[in-house]
Amino acid sequence: MAASAAFEAVVAATRFGYAARGDELSAIAADPRGWVTRQIDQPVQPAFPAALPPSQRMVAALLQMRRDKQPADRKAFNDQVRDVYFAELTARTDAVVSSPTPAIERLVHFWSNHFTVSGFRPFVRGFAFAFEREAIRPHVTGRFVDMLLAAERHPAMLLYLDNALSIGPDSIVGQRRDKGINENFGREMLELHTLGVDGGYTQADVIALARILTGWSVARLNDAEPGTFKFYPQIHEPGPKQLLGKVYAEAGEQEGIAALRDLANHPATAHHIAFKLAQHFIADAPPRAAVDQIAKVFRNTGGNLAAVSKAVVALEAAWSKPFGKMRTPGDMVTAACRAANFTPPAPFLAGGLRTLNQMPFYAPSPAGWPDDAASWVSPEAVLRRAGWCETFANRVPGPPDPIVLAGATLGEALPADTLQAIQRAPSRRAGVALLLAAPEFQRR
Amino acid sequence: MACCHSSRRQFLGLVAGGAGVFTLASLPGAVFAAVPGDLRFVVVLLRGALDGMAAVAPIGDPLYLEKRGAIALKPPGDSGGTIALDRFFALHPALGAVEPYYRSGELLFVHAAGNGYHTRSHFDAQDLMETGLTVKQGESDGWLNRAIVVLQGGDKARLGLAVGGAVPLILRGKAQVASWEPQGVGAIDNDLIAALGRIYARDPLLGPALAEGIKAQAFSSSVLGDDTMAKGGMGFGPKAFAALAQAAGKLIAAPRGPRIAALDMGGWDTHVNQGAETGRLAQNMEGFAAGLDALAKAMGPAWHQTVVVAVTEFGRTVAVNGNNGTDHGTASVVFVMGGAVKGGRVAGDWPGLAQLQDNRDLRMTTDARAVMKAVLRDHFGLARNVLDTKVFPDTAGIKPFDGLLRA
Repeated sequence: MAASAAFEAVVAATRFGYAARGDELSAIAADPRGWVTRQIDQPVQPAFPAALPPSQRMVAALLQMRRDKQPADRKAFNDQVRDVYFAELTARTDAVVSSPTPAIERLVHFWSNHFTVSGFRPFVRGFAFAFEREAIRPHVTGRFVDMLLAAERHPAMLLYLDNALSIGPDSIVGQRRDKGINENFGREMLELHTLGVDGGYTQADVIALARILTGWSVARLNDAEPGTFKFYPQIHEPGPKQLLGKVYAEAGEQEGIAALRDLANHPATAHHIAFKLAQHFIADAPPRAAVDQIAKVFRNTGGNLAAVSKAVVALEAAWSKPFGKMRTPGDMVTAACRAANFTPPAPFLAGGLRTLNQMPFYAPSPAGWPDDAASWVSPEAVLRRAGWCETFANRVPGPPDPIVLAGATLGEALPADTLQAIQRAPSRRAGVALLLAAPEFQRR
Repeated sequence: MACCHSSRRQFLGLVAGGAGVFTLASLPGAVFAAVPGDLRFVVVLLRGALDGMAAVAPIGDPLYLEKRGAIALKPPGDSGGTIALDRFFALHPALGAVEPYYRSGELLFVHAAGNGYHTRSHFDAQDLMETGLTVKQGESDGWLNRAIVVLQGGDKARLGLAVGGAVPLILRGKAQVASWEPQGVGAIDNDLIAALGRIYARDPLLGPALAEGIKAQAFSSSVLGDDTMAKGGMGFGPKAFAALAQAAGKLIAAPRGPRIAALDMGGWDTHVNQGAETGRLAQNMEGFAAGLDALAKAMGPAWHQTVVVAVTEFGRTVAVNGNNGTDHGTASVVFVMGGAVKGGRVAGDWPGLAQLQDNRDLRMTTDARAVMKAVLRDHFGLARNVLDTKVFPDTAGIKPFDGLLRA
């Protein structure tokens, strides 16, 4: 095979997937770009084999616990949340380790970070993974507008960004109780999910969107389907609202849907999404031409995410500079599991990711995890990464021959000095640790 | 590795055996020796937007009760009420742990302080606060790193220290800084570190970070030992801050330690159920005040040579929102604390509550960069033109805040 194809196989497996596993590299080398685009063209596999509770059940359990206010119930609830978190983490990691379509798993993680919900607000913890399964996963190669609607209408998001409590001041309830709107959801939707901070909106637009979205909430225990999306007309701010120069006539729940459709189609949204994808797949400071090209495809296809993802794959910049991106800690852990074909027990995974400051669904803010090396490479963090690689290598069954594993994972991209260091390692486990901690594995 | 939990002597032995990877300049002795000064400076970044009117309440303002509504605080003297600072301002009761510093003249507040920009985006505002700019400029380094570059003048002796997690933007830039966070991964094998030292040498990011990390760990374990309260620092809530602050105090107080540190505290974005004397914000304040107190106590005599400044990216709305919380605002309050501070007062110009920024926010009357400039000028002796052009470019119009420190 041509050296370039062998090299591109490594790029495909690590940058678009997580890591090559087994003898994957030789198969990928036949057509590295096709290996990625074929994954995008397949229907997304819906869910994981494990029986995991839907968000509805966990949201209802939260509401029940809050209503009962019994200490024993609270403890039982917290135990349940912990068990669900561990089960979900195992299933999510397994999904990457065993997936024939790892590029899809990477896209799922990219988009759920874009639409962050975080256990920094503790009530979210029981259904954050379920949010990803229900609102993100089905749409990663579908239309952006559908993902936007699914994410913003999901109870996890409505609770996380406070909209479930936002009350129109002139609504029936607002007039009676002197309550008001909460700007948080509208602001973060404009800044983080759609237009981007430089997308040209004003404080008045933030308030207008917050008013439009009043009433979008979560069904309570005495409603028909507790724990699902529910529109409450009695807290919806009545009357027309003007957002980004357009007047939305009073239309209850539909007002928000219309506004989100317009936001999804806004050129600033196309640019914002294009930048984030280019930053994820090309470089921390991606070339402008790449961003423009992705944005163009986004606009021309009405936000068709399969076409948009393939536009990323088609960019030379995404293939030209190997290992230009530093893996985030979560990326490193997930990739190590796939490379070693091993999912460690959930408490080990969670504990390690916590020490590495990237416990899944615990991003410190609605902006999600940063996607640049400067945010992740500190002196202490680099030691911690090395330490994690060592403890993981000590758990990998076998352990595998590190030289064989290095060849299978890094192929043509394995430099002579890294190989030499692995060959000189005092034990198999030490060699595996060295491979995982090597610059070529820490980057993608 | 043994270095992380062993004596300096063992650590030096390891490095010497490291096959020439580590240059003389990276030996800990060379780095931490001969620190040019003993003056310390700590910047605390309160991320999420602290409600300055809740921390230091303008209870003497005739419009205070009316404008604050449900989250107005009780006057001093009432059970669980605020703590009088002067006739006009009162301290939130949850900040009681820092009251002694105010009484002893080691704490002052600069009220109605902002950062000179008008964005209400947390993320843009934090970037600007940390770069010291008012308009976004692609890639930028942090103003505290720029100050360190000037202070060390080519000498690597005066290291900055990032406490807790990644290096924040404020400390990113040309000057290498150390970082520390609680409860590391434990012992890492010496051979692995030595081998990584060799293959990381060609990596522009991992190479320098690993070298700094080894030095910092050797240093911090020699200063902190294994029995700090650092284990408490791994949590997510307000209680985690005290452990970080205590460790920061010990590290910068150490005879050959870094002299300038930055640490973060989050949890201030109180859109919902902010509360008044008790509640979410009060809990966060309690953790913050406990941290400042722990930092001061951890420093021992070095506290007398220390200035701590706590800033936030913007304040919060004066009025309560629909969820008994507050939304993003403009001006807040800056904490200036330390043995070198001429405190015991609330400084700054109070803009009043009659006229608000955009009819919703406390107006800014002091740019927090004036406070930072004053510390760099009066504590470290940086010249005005350096402050106006290098540390905070194009800010000749912002005068250092006079009289902040003891003469």
